[in-house]
Amino acid sequence: MMIQALLCAVCFMIICGIGAGISGKHYSRASAIGVLGAVGGSGLGLVFACFTLMTNKEYALEVPWDLPAGSFNLTIDSLSAFFLIPLFIVSLLSAIYGIEYLEEYRGKKNCGISWLFYNILVASMTLVVIAGNAILFLLAWETMSLASYFLVIFNKENDDVNYAGWLYLIATHIGTAFLIVYFLILGHYAGSFNFIDFVNWHGTSYLAGILFILAVIGFGTKAGFIPFHIWLPYAHPAAPSHVSAVLSGVMIKMGIYGLVRSLQFIGMPQAWWGGLLIAIGIVSGIGGVLFALGQHDLKRLLAYHSVENIGIITCGLGLGILGIRFELPYLALFGFCGGLLHVVNHALFKSLLFLGAGAIGQATHTLSLDSLGGLLKKMPVTGMIFLTGSIAICGLPLFNGFISELFIYVGTFWGLQGTTGTTQFASIAVACSLAIIGALATACFTKAFGTVFLGEPRQGITGKDPGLLMRIPMIILAVLCFVIGGFFVWLIKFLLLPVSKVTGMPQTASIAVFNDASALLYGVLWGILLLISLIALLVLTRRMLLQRKIIRKACTWDCGYAAPGASMQYTASSFAQPIVDFFSLVLRGKKEIHLSKEYFPKQWSFHGIVPDLFLEYFYIPLFQSVERFLSRFRWLQSGSVQMYILYIAVALVVLIVWKFAWIK
Amino acid sequence: MEIRMDKITLISFIAPFMALVFSPLLFGIINRTKAIFGGRKGQPLLQMYYDIFKLMRKGAVYSTTTTWIFWAGPLTGFAALIVAVCIMPFGRIGAPLSFTGDILLLMYLLGLARFLAIIAALDTGSAFEGMGASREAFFAVLTEPVLLLGIFTVAKDTHLFSCMQLFNGAVTFNTISALLVAISVCIILLAENARIPFDDPNTHLELTMIHEVMILDHSGPDFAFIQYAAALKLWLFALLAVRIVVPYHPESYLVDGIVTLGCLVFLYIGVGIVESVMARLQLIRIPQLILGAFALAVLGFLFGNSIAL
Repeated sequence: MMIQALLCAVCFMIICGIGAGISGKHYSRASAIGVLGAVGGSGLGLVFACFTLMTNKEYALEVPWDLPAGSFNLTIDSLSAFFLIPLFIVSLLSAIYGIEYLEEYRGKKNCGISWLFYNILVASMTLVVIAGNAILFLLAWETMSLASYFLVIFNKENDDVNYAGWLYLIATHIGTAFLIVYFLILGHYAGSFNFIDFVNWHGTSYLAGILFILAVIGFGTKAGFIPFHIWLPYAHPAAPSHVSAVLSGVMIKMGIYGLVRSLQFIGMPQAWWGGLLIAIGIVSGIGGVLFALGQHDLKRLLAYHSVENIGIITCGLGLGILGIRFELPYLALFGFCGGLLHVVNHALFKSLLFLGAGAIGQATHTLSLDSLGGLLKKMPVTGMIFLTGSIAICGLPLFNGFISELFIYVGTFWGLQGTTGTTQFASIAVACSLAIIGALATACFTKAFGTVFLGEPRQGITGKDPGLLMRIPMIILAVLCFVIGGFFVWLIKFLLLPVSKVTGMPQTASIAVFNDASALLYGVLWGILLLISLIALLVLTRRMLLQRKIIRKACTWDCGYAAPGASMQYTASSFAQPIVDFFSLVLRGKKEIHLSKEYFPKQWSFHGIVPDLFLEYFYIPLFQSVERFLSRFRWLQSGSVQMYILYIAVALVVLIVWKFAWIK
Repeated sequence: MEIRMDKITLISFIAPFMALVFSPLLFGIINRTKAIFGGRKGQPLLQMYYDIFKLMRKGAVYSTTTTWIFWAGPLTGFAALIVAVCIMPFGRIGAPLSFTGDILLLMYLLGLARFLAIIAALDTGSAFEGMGASREAFFAVLTEPVLLLGIFTVAKDTHLFSCMQLFNGAVTFNTISALLVAISVCIILLAENARIPFDDPNTHLELTMIHEVMILDHSGPDFAFIQYAAALKLWLFALLAVRIVVPYHPESYLVDGIVTLGCLVFLYIGVGIVESVMARLQLIRIPQLILGAFALAVLGFLFGNSIAL
């Protein structure tokens, strides 16, 4: 019943999407039908995904279809249901946000097409998660990539957006190529393309290793592992904000889903798999946040933070794999708990931050950090919500980021108790990296929040809070962050269901970890309740103390200067400058400084930019050399139709001779 | 080992009580030590109490640039530090809030206090506070992993992961590793609490400040909260260093408490001596010193028990 309901939700979304596409330029009708599809389908899907997770049953469905390969096999288990929940929550809330966000394009752009592809995106992501057959998985994957491409190039009159879309399209297809090879090899050796047959197959460890590498590259391109991440900082800022929320919050997690699902297909993991994932996780985590520190554009900063959080998730998964390999159940369970919970947490707070950035962008028409300032007074609700998201993403207590990082830390503690040097070294490396990442994220988000919302407007730009339809999704996400941050102890058993399935640990270990994690989370809950009550107490104390005292308003004291100007404040670049310079080996920033050399200098200008290291020094030279090599074959494209007909004839003759000679 | 959440006992509330009552006094000990080195009579030992009470009785001046974050930041930071002090046990007496993994809650509460301090500084829209905030954010990147490595070293040796179990005197640490970790924790203590050689708490030259400059515009009760929170933070780090390195664990609660207090006084006098004989380092040298502390912590980790090489 559950799967049929999900299939109904998917079909409903597609139908409404087509309806929105047909409505085209008629904004209200297109918007209404499109949002109805997204919200209705997501709501229905969310209910059934929650039911599946709560009852912990597995469902399968096969629908016969006429394509020559593959079959329409759907399966849903606790892992799929776990990934469906953030998918539907974020898609639903982003769709509601999008109603008002796309208002400014009313009459100017074809919003019906945008809603068509939005619905197709959510539907295809659902199919990716519940697919039970490799061919169906690949079809849904490709649909997801194409739908998101069309959503990214919504503002295609802008050259940067076109470049971003192009880069994204190439990157995702290279990743999909690796996935096609991966599934072909797996299907060949397992005999069929159904996931059930993959699970029951066992191959040599050499083959498993090759498959694992293919899976890491293929799924890692979608997830955003460094060095496959280069499309992320271009595509996510270029898209409209509600789409960025879905892309960053959910679509990159499809890569993580694929990787976790692959662990069930390719058998017993080897130690170097865990080590590889941890290495990728550490590099992505630290690299992502370092590049984020160098960015001036708010959405590009958030996109690099997605890379960082994927790194954290991968560290958790790597630790879990090491735990499975070395039979340390606590390490395995806590590692995967941390990784999978961070999938949900990141979906919530990253979409929150992107929706907030969209509100800022729409109110002020700029997202450059160095142009904004002092928005907290004008946009109090957005500011408060952005502060919530910032504290959550830094992994600080009160909100949900802390809980998932806590699980990974506890996992590393258990890893240190292991008897092998590999687990000990990996655990302490992950622990130290998480600490560095947390501190760097604090630096980055104090920069982002402080530069945008605090101080004085640097170029006099102000804005106002968005309307109700944009505020409500953000508030709901913020409340969810707080609920998971404090009260997760009552939801932990829903996390352990998919985790114990993935790790294959015995029931006793799961129950022991459940008890331990509950004790831990109860402690955190007490700590948070104590913190909140102390804050309330101190607020009352302060109010009482200041009741009859003189409170004056003046300008910022500034060591007595008393004539502060908005341009005297620290900008985002100057705030991040010590860290950017310290890590200059990685962040090769380029600075352009124009000094005027007169006696009474009129104008100086400073322009700093931190390009993406991998794009600049690896991919662009690589593609340029490929282009140079291929340009030698230009003579083949002579432009005359006769030559092309000759090519076709020659190819036909060669194929016929080959085929029939072989038969003889 | 089992994970548990300890029942809250009444006697364990003495730990935060001691912190709240004695931390400003020990601040006075640092200042008195510096005064003796400088040949002066110095401030009264109870000066910080007088300062805090005076500030509580005053009104406040708020800049028109600031928002509610300006006063909410220090207030929440102070609350976070009180919760942190409720986690750290004072010797055998224990701590009210104790569960396995509470060390991480403690570290991240300090991180929360730092986040709020930085944005409260950025709220003023002043170049000075921005500078202090920027430097504070940078040095936090370097000090956090060192502290974590030190804590994980002692946790790994003893297979325990709760402050209460680690630091209430029931276990002893491997001597070499404990010594190395304690030295690195002392260096981090100086860094995080704005002591020389990282930052000069007495200067008011903007080029030499980190923490002092972030609080330039605060006044009244908000400033009182900031001062009190700074005292609590120094108490916390000093207690951590003392419990790691001091091997003497008497059975009786009273004797253990007195010994711990004595060691804390000794450590504070040490901080005062360091402040008096050294000058503040150049800003370029500070990362080098913190990385030196990191190297010591790594050595401590390698020398610890049960490392499988």
